[in-house]
Amino acid sequence: MAADVHNKAVPWETANGSLAPVERLRQDRCDSPTPGLVEGTEPGAGQDSHMFVHAQSFEDLTADGDDTRAEAAGSENTSRLGEPADEGAQGLPSEEEQVEEKESHPGSRAKEEDVTSEAWRRHRKHVFVLSEAGKPIYSRYGTEEALSSTMGVMMALVSFVEAEKNIIRSIHADGYKVVFLRKSPLVLVGVAQTLQSERDLSRELHYIYYQIISLLTLTQLNHIFQHKQNYDLRRLLAGSEHLTDNLLKLLDRDPGLLLSAVTCLPLSSSVRDVISSSLQAAKAKNLVFSILLAGSHLVTLVRKKDQYLHHMDLHLLFNLVGSSSSFREGEGWTPICLPKFNTAGFFHAHISYLEPGTDLCLILVSTDREDFFNLSDCKHRFLERLRRRTAYQALQEALKNPSYSVSQVGIPELRHFLYKSKSSGLYTSPEFPVPYQSEEEQERIMELYQYLHSRIHHPTRPLRFIYCCGESENLLAWVTSGFELYLCFSPLGTKALAVSAINKLLKWIRKEEDRLFILSPQTY
Amino acid sequence: DMELRELKVCLLGDTGVGKSSIVWRFVEDSFDPNINPTIGASFMTKTVQYQNELHRFLIWDTAGQERFRALAPMYYRGSAAAIIVYDITKEESFQTLKNWVKELRQHGPPNIVVAIAGNKCDLSDAREVSEKDAKDYADSIHAIFVETSAKNAININEVFLEISQRIPVVDASGASAGKGFKLRRDPSDSRRNCC
Repeated sequence: MAADVHNKAVPWETANGSLAPVERLRQDRCDSPTPGLVEGTEPGAGQDSHMFVHAQSFEDLTADGDDTRAEAAGSENTSRLGEPADEGAQGLPSEEEQVEEKESHPGSRAKEEDVTSEAWRRHRKHVFVLSEAGKPIYSRYGTEEALSSTMGVMMALVSFVEAEKNIIRSIHADGYKVVFLRKSPLVLVGVAQTLQSERDLSRELHYIYYQIISLLTLTQLNHIFQHKQNYDLRRLLAGSEHLTDNLLKLLDRDPGLLLSAVTCLPLSSSVRDVISSSLQAAKAKNLVFSILLAGSHLVTLVRKKDQYLHHMDLHLLFNLVGSSSSFREGEGWTPICLPKFNTAGFFHAHISYLEPGTDLCLILVSTDREDFFNLSDCKHRFLERLRRRTAYQALQEALKNPSYSVSQVGIPELRHFLYKSKSSGLYTSPEFPVPYQSEEEQERIMELYQYLHSRIHHPTRPLRFIYCCGESENLLAWVTSGFELYLCFSPLGTKALAVSAINKLLKWIRKEEDRLFILSPQTY
Repeated sequence: DMELRELKVCLLGDTGVGKSSIVWRFVEDSFDPNINPTIGASFMTKTVQYQNELHRFLIWDTAGQERFRALAPMYYRGSAAAIIVYDITKEESFQTLKNWVKELRQHGPPNIVVAIAGNKCDLSDAREVSEKDAKDYADSIHAIFVETSAKNAININEVFLEISQRIPVVDASGASAGKGFKLRRDPSDSRRNCC
């Protein structure tokens, strides 16, 4: 049980933060086995242009919040690394704490729960959304009706503090963190017993907020509450509760939402290029984004020149598709607001699976609400073109193994890792190995990653390197300006071993980057 | 060769009454009890033989939730027929159906064929809308009426068959379909550039 933090530059880091001069890496990056550490030269960095809005990962998310301390965070350097982090949390949580969690995992009938029961109280993370009039809009567990007085109390707390010209941000008590996010006309409250920081919980509440905006637009939301403060928003959100439920599940389980990044289907770059260019050829006047998904993996994304998609908007699209069986048949056509692009208006998305029974789902995003048949035509042109190419077979083959085993890396003690290339906004991660195959274990390891993430991105005392020993695993996290890396080792490994594994892993990712990342994104 | 006619049909009705289930049963002959609510609208086609013609149904299955309400005109404006669905175990959904009929009268295409489907007739123990009341109402507005069960495949094909019978040849081509509707395959679009 010890958190071990470097307070000096790590030995493999040179003055400019790279193992090799930047110029040389830019030139012959593919030949060089040595991965760069600075942005733009790290493994997985795009070669020509970016696919996403260039985002400083997580800071971008909170930038529109009122967290002014975030600004200060960037300027802090590593000299403070030796200090203990927030809330006195050191090392990993003990096994005893973990046992209790398992019992409290939610069933599918979460809604019918008795909100006065002990089981309801024991949920690891509650999320509530209410209007400024204190009216319930959403609760993760239990019905909103049953919680109306609880939400009334929450609103009273918010108002009470605001009356003194202050803002309530969080309450820390009895092992719980209660985090408030005020996004007029909505108030979001998270109540968590997890290891996450207040800031990470707030980031998750932002996701829920944007999920609601994606259904209604902020303009419509403001309009409604300006006219009727007491409006019951659940009327307009009816039938979308499962989207929010599923998004909360993704926040607990999907590393992409934690890293503010997207993962790709491993595919040889020549195959991916054929798919991208087929998609590129099937364009239409009002088409802004063409996105091909395989389950939760991105196959390719083609965008209009100068139009960028934010990873959060892409996650909202992933969530929309992943949580709705209704797109399985036929062709879907729905308005959707991409809030990081524009909170005021709707795009219109054509959503369809390429063929019956496949995981390949095509999302075509247009600005015109009457564009359905044009986009339907794009889809057919794309599919026709693709079917004539051998790349289509290669893609079908790749679908059989949407992930890879960590053993390919060749580091025996390494169990799992997350690697995010900051400049491309893409991440790669192997499948969870044997000890982490149950849902409970996956959520547990994700919570440990979330903990490391919270420590690394601490608003006042950010870290660049952290190594933690636990009873079930040892963990290491390292951030540079180019990437974020989270490693999970067997508990028998040593720190020296873990540190030496980093270079080996980075070299492996560099070697495989053609397959694991999209290096040359396309535009129409 | 048989003549091919395209029939545009849209489904309207309260959320959860089984519009998508009716379409899935008709198109795929399948049923999923845990189906999610439709998001936006879903487009499907199915071709069936009717006498010595082939009828290709172009089906718009719309979402019943309030937030998609304003989009409905986009779908019914170009339709030759509308299937308005209610749930026989929910009186409220029958009231919603009457509102849809009113809206179609006011804003829909003038000769649109209306079919009323009382779905979930397998749940007659929980019935809230009597078959006679619904039939009388349907007769009063000259609509097709059937009670259906998407779950047990009762009367699903029959609804579409009756629509085939009722749609006059001239309407089926979409010639009478309202102005301003663009959500359809529009042959004039490609011609426009040539002249």
